[in-house]
Amino acid sequence: MKAAPFEYSRAADIDEACAWLAADENARIIAGGQTLVPMMAMRLARPTRLVDINRIAGLSYIRADGDAIAIGATTRQCDLERDALVARDLPLMAKAIPWIGHAATRARGTIGGSLSNADPAAEQALMAVTLDAVLNYREAGKTAEIKARDFFIGPMVTALPAAACLTGVRYPVWRGKIGIGFHEVNARRSDFAFVSAAVQVELGADGMCKRIAIGVGAATDFPMRLDSAEAQLTGTMLDAAAVKDAVTQALADIEAMDDLHASAAYRKRVAVSLACRAVADARASALGEKIHAH
Amino acid sequence: MSSLGKFRYVSTDRRVREDRRFVAGKGRFVADIVLPNTKHVALVTCPHAAARIVGIDKSAALAMPGVHYILDGAELAAATLPLMTGLDTPNVPRRPLAHEIARYSGEWVVAVVADSRALAEDAAEEVIVDYEPLPFVLDAEQALESNDILVHEAHGSNVLLDKTFTWGEVDKDFAAAPRKLKLRVKWGRSSTVPIETFGVTASWDPWRDMLDVHASIQMPRFQDQIAVALKIPVTSVRVHHDVDVGGSYGVKRGIKHTILCGYLSRRLGFPVRLIEDRLENMRGGDAHGPERLFDVEVAFDDNGIVRSMKMRALENVGAYAGRSPFQLGKPVGAIVGPYKIQSVQYRAVAVVTNKTTQDAVRGFGQAPTNVALERTMDEVANVLGLDRLEIRRRNMIRHDEFPYVIPSGTTYDSGDYHALVDKVMAHTSYDSLKAERDALRAKGLLAGIGFAACLEPSGGNAMFEALLNPKIQTTTFMDSCRINVDGVGSITATMHTTSSGQGHETLVGTAIGEVLQIDPETIRVVRPDSLNSLPSGTPVGSRMAIMLGGAAFHAATKLKTKLTTIAAHDLGIPLERAGYDQGEVYDKNKPEHRRTWLDLVQIAWRSYHRMPADMEPGLAVSHVMQVPTGGVLPTADGKVQMYPCTSFEFHFILVSIDPVIGRPEIVKYRIGHDCGTVINPKIVRGMTMGGIAHGIGAALYEEFAYNDDGQLIAQTFMDYLLPSSHEVPDVEIIYHVTPSPNTVFGQKGSGESGYLGAPAAVANAINDALKPLGISTNSLPIKVSKLGDMIAAAQEKKSKGN
Amino acid sequence: MRIELDINGETRELEVEPRTTLLDCLRDQMQLTGAHAGCEHGVCGACTVLFDGVAVRACLIFAPQAQGSKITTIEGVTPGPGEMSVIQDAFCETHGMQCGYCTPAMVLVAHALLVDNPNPTREQIVDAISGNICRCTGYAQIIDAIALAAERLRGANRPVEQRV
Ligand SMILES: Cc1cc2nc3c(=O)[nH]c(=O)nc-3n(C[C@@H](O)[C@H](O)[C@H](O)COP(=O)(O)OP(=O)(O)OC[C@H]3O[C@@H](n4cnc5c(N)ncnc54)[C@H](O)[C@@H]3O)c2cc1C
Ligand code: FES
Ligand code: FES
Repeated sequence: MKAAPFEYSRAADIDEACAWLAADENARIIAGGQTLVPMMAMRLARPTRLVDINRIAGLSYIRADGDAIAIGATTRQCDLERDALVARDLPLMAKAIPWIGHAATRARGTIGGSLSNADPAAEQALMAVTLDAVLNYREAGKTAEIKARDFFIGPMVTALPAAACLTGVRYPVWRGKIGIGFHEVNARRSDFAFVSAAVQVELGADGMCKRIAIGVGAATDFPMRLDSAEAQLTGTMLDAAAVKDAVTQALADIEAMDDLHASAAYRKRVAVSLACRAVADARASALGEKIHAH
Repeated sequence: MSSLGKFRYVSTDRRVREDRRFVAGKGRFVADIVLPNTKHVALVTCPHAAARIVGIDKSAALAMPGVHYILDGAELAAATLPLMTGLDTPNVPRRPLAHEIARYSGEWVVAVVADSRALAEDAAEEVIVDYEPLPFVLDAEQALESNDILVHEAHGSNVLLDKTFTWGEVDKDFAAAPRKLKLRVKWGRSSTVPIETFGVTASWDPWRDMLDVHASIQMPRFQDQIAVALKIPVTSVRVHHDVDVGGSYGVKRGIKHTILCGYLSRRLGFPVRLIEDRLENMRGGDAHGPERLFDVEVAFDDNGIVRSMKMRALENVGAYAGRSPFQLGKPVGAIVGPYKIQSVQYRAVAVVTNKTTQDAVRGFGQAPTNVALERTMDEVANVLGLDRLEIRRRNMIRHDEFPYVIPSGTTYDSGDYHALVDKVMAHTSYDSLKAERDALRAKGLLAGIGFAACLEPSGGNAMFEALLNPKIQTTTFMDSCRINVDGVGSITATMHTTSSGQGHETLVGTAIGEVLQIDPETIRVVRPDSLNSLPSGTPVGSRMAIMLGGAAFHAATKLKTKLTTIAAHDLGIPLERAGYDQGEVYDKNKPEHRRTWLDLVQIAWRSYHRMPADMEPGLAVSHVMQVPTGGVLPTADGKVQMYPCTSFEFHFILVSIDPVIGRPEIVKYRIGHDCGTVINPKIVRGMTMGGIAHGIGAALYEEFAYNDDGQLIAQTFMDYLLPSSHEVPDVEIIYHVTPSPNTVFGQKGSGESGYLGAPAAVANAINDALKPLGISTNSLPIKVSKLGDMIAAAQEKKSKGN
Repeated sequence: MRIELDINGETRELEVEPRTTLLDCLRDQMQLTGAHAGCEHGVCGACTVLFDGVAVRACLIFAPQAQGSKITTIEGVTPGPGEMSVIQDAFCETHGMQCGYCTPAMVLVAHALLVDNPNPTREQIVDAISGNICRCTGYAQIIDAIALAAERLRGANRPVEQRV
């Protein structure tokens, strides 16, 4: 299981990385390598050149940026896992990170790599969609941005131009009485999800839902938002029956994936359940209640 | 000899001497051994489930720099003999590389030899094989029932083996019994999957006519099989046993790999090595294990006493014979488990299909059989409304009934099943566990208790070969030990096979130290190569504690006798008056009158004039041990003494299942374990814990799954799911010791412990949890999504019914 | 291409093909064979090394990528010829292994864990080793080994930073 031969370039800055990509359509960025290297080892990927962006100065950061938290593309998953700012302002992200692979893969895997890779089951993709992240990239000396909900367009397919390098992601921070819920089912704890659900709510002082984001991952080609359910539930007390109705309706027509590990029916059914649980957890955590794990 | 009484070193909590090298990364695994000028093999494998090889174009690959040779199946088949199989199936030849027809996806078709493994892989991609896809069959029942698609045309059917045994008055017992029950149980294709793949380096020296083999093997008669296939004398094959094997648990057979590399090295004149990568290993190595369908029928009375059993076991062995068909034979030695079932009809059927060939797996077919038996016991209890533990107690052989002869002719050496069950139950009261289960149920979860009571036949004897193929007349399965005391009095002992983590060096040291009353740490244990070795049956069949431990014991006893005889002679006393104490021999009547260890070494090595007449000088002894209870062929009516010892294990677990998600969580796991005298507690505990983890894998996670096109879809570690530390619960082990009368210390085997019962216990617990829904599942592995879908369907049906 | 690697505190200059993984480079070019190949696709953890002190999979890093980082292998945490660290000794004491194939990786993971968290709970130990598959032991004696090592290290008469 050895990779096919390739050239290796360590890019000093983003524009150099982009130049390498522009010069050779089979050149690929390598970030954490936790997805790309196994693919190369099995020769399912055979880039002619690897452009290593790991040592580009200034691509790895976590910082407050106005109403958002900005995270650099090469920021490692383990850095997010341990970061105080993320824990405080992006609690949903903090909750989801430990579900990504193992500590050893999180030590290398980057947020940019995970998003660019766009695995339907990737926790990072679900986070970006649920939290309405905005992705920044650079291509041919120009900087551009794209909303997470426009970024993912198919399983392992994104709207990122071929010669572009993702540079960072901004996650809007919700303030107020915030609560979060995250649930995931997989075979072993470290495996890719069969289904996952992420929810963030903001409650009013009276406990009424002012704002809610419900995301479901791994069930469909890319993470989805349950828009209709969000609309229905905003302004309600998030009563369990109403949540279940709204979520069930929102998921009624999805075309769930079917594979070795889980059937489509399973994914669809469990998606409803996990989304409901995540809403309940989010509500409870916003109210300061203790959440019991399932 | 279990009356040795108190032990000095046996059963004490001593370190395992092998461990030091491993913690420092200084194990010597096959991939660590690089001979000068070694070249590397990569394989071209068949992408179809079955295909005729129409043509092979090697030119592009051969033209690549660093590429030395490209070997196809035609050349290899012309120069070598097919692999030996124990069955009488000459028209099902198995060869390292497919010849004319490839019979499963992943089968090796071409071997590329290059300067590095990476270059060999580059060249493998450039070998163009022209295939004509053929029809294929994947399902065992289809392969059995129809001859429309034949995996081996010349064989005339897909059936390799179809034998029915009737032991006792089955028809009469069935007719007389008031109740009957039928059950179908499926064991999904899984295996042991060691973390080290198989690897071999073969190096031919034409000036010495010697093939040096370094390989990660666990295979009886390995060198014989290599030599026969390569058509060279066995004396021209030197297998190095001082290679640490990175896990095996049965599968590290490596015959085809070694024939391939051996041929290439002879052909090319340099060392050739093949270290399988994980894909080669999973698709076409010796990686696969049992895939078995059981149809069980039992006859029992209203008290739950099971009188008779009919069992058909249908094994999907994959494309070639391998060792797999024999895995239907070994369970004959414990076909009734710990129960007093008085008659049995057993039909063993092995069919070929277009899947990867199976090889031997830990327990050699016993674990699947135990699932069938233990699921059946639960169902008997369920239909009678009796308690599942109570029913086991009622059927179990009682302590005072040993030695106990089961219907298939094997004598169980000893056991105290009820005592161990009681001991386990005393640890956690059954009532409190039921209360815990019911509390989980009250919370809306599904929860169940699972039991499994199983035997581990141990000591190893290949009697299943003679049972299934009367042309085979083997009634022994030896192991050996040689001890030499050198001229300054240090002891070196030998063992004659490789190990894959079982601590055999520790075992040999402990056994010899025990006999000679000498600190085992001072005894050097080495592994000579195969040409310097005495016979060894290798670490299969849960036999090494019994057989290698036994051989070491007997060799040490010979040495002790020799020392005592020399001393008595030198002291001028009769032998009976000589006492042995920690290496010294004294006059029992006058204890200060003695010869020290060094005195005796001096006499034996230098002072022949002080030796008894006709005694060999020096202190070298050896012992080749016959397997206890061996030496008897099966009877004409199929009765056989299989293995000499039976260990017992009793599993007791609680699972809870979130009904929506369908994931079984093991809340509690207790196991009672009786393997007779424990030689090294650390090793035995490790074996049991590892076996349980492996069994949990087989029950819940692991399957070599195929799609309808005959493609293996679980061929990486992302899809074939080995349990991690998250998936293995804390386990409490409760020990009990019922010594075996057949072994030197009273020891029995433990190398398969845990694995033999864990899958059954997990399946039983899940079924107990499903009972309130009125459903059951008897098909392993019970994967999360499958279980979730089942539960959902049952709930839907229930709610519609209401 | 020519690269310079900092392995176990020593700088080594090497000629590698870019496609050489750090694992193959350590094993084949530096004879540091304590890191093992189990799957070569990132799942089993047998190839674990410490990369700037953090446990990573050496099969998922190409050798040229390692330039500029400190690599520690099992050979680097072994105090001396024939001499074991407290963690290694604890693995021997509990028999936290069988075949030994996963063992160097487990020891390194334990090492990284205990530097970070000298007082891990059983759960934290289970979590720390969950990325490393051991097919032999069922993990119990590995967990015991790390707990024992932690206990002994806490009792060691040495400054905290030098304990592991
Ligand atoms: C055993 C194991 C378990 C895993 N489990 C999970 C899991 O449960 N959930 C999960 O989400 N992931 C999982 N992963 C994958 C995760 O670890 C990877 O980190 C992630 O998918 C990719 O990130 P990376 O930085 O490693 O990217 P790489 O592998 O380096 O790259 C991935 C792809 O993204 C491209 N790319 C990377 N960075 C950029 C950029 N800045 N701009 C443009 N393109 C870029 C690359 O060219 C490549 O095509 C697992 C991996 C392993 C080995
Ligand atoms: S060999 Fe690197 S994770 Fe398996
Ligand atoms: S000790 Fe063998 S794999 Fe862990």
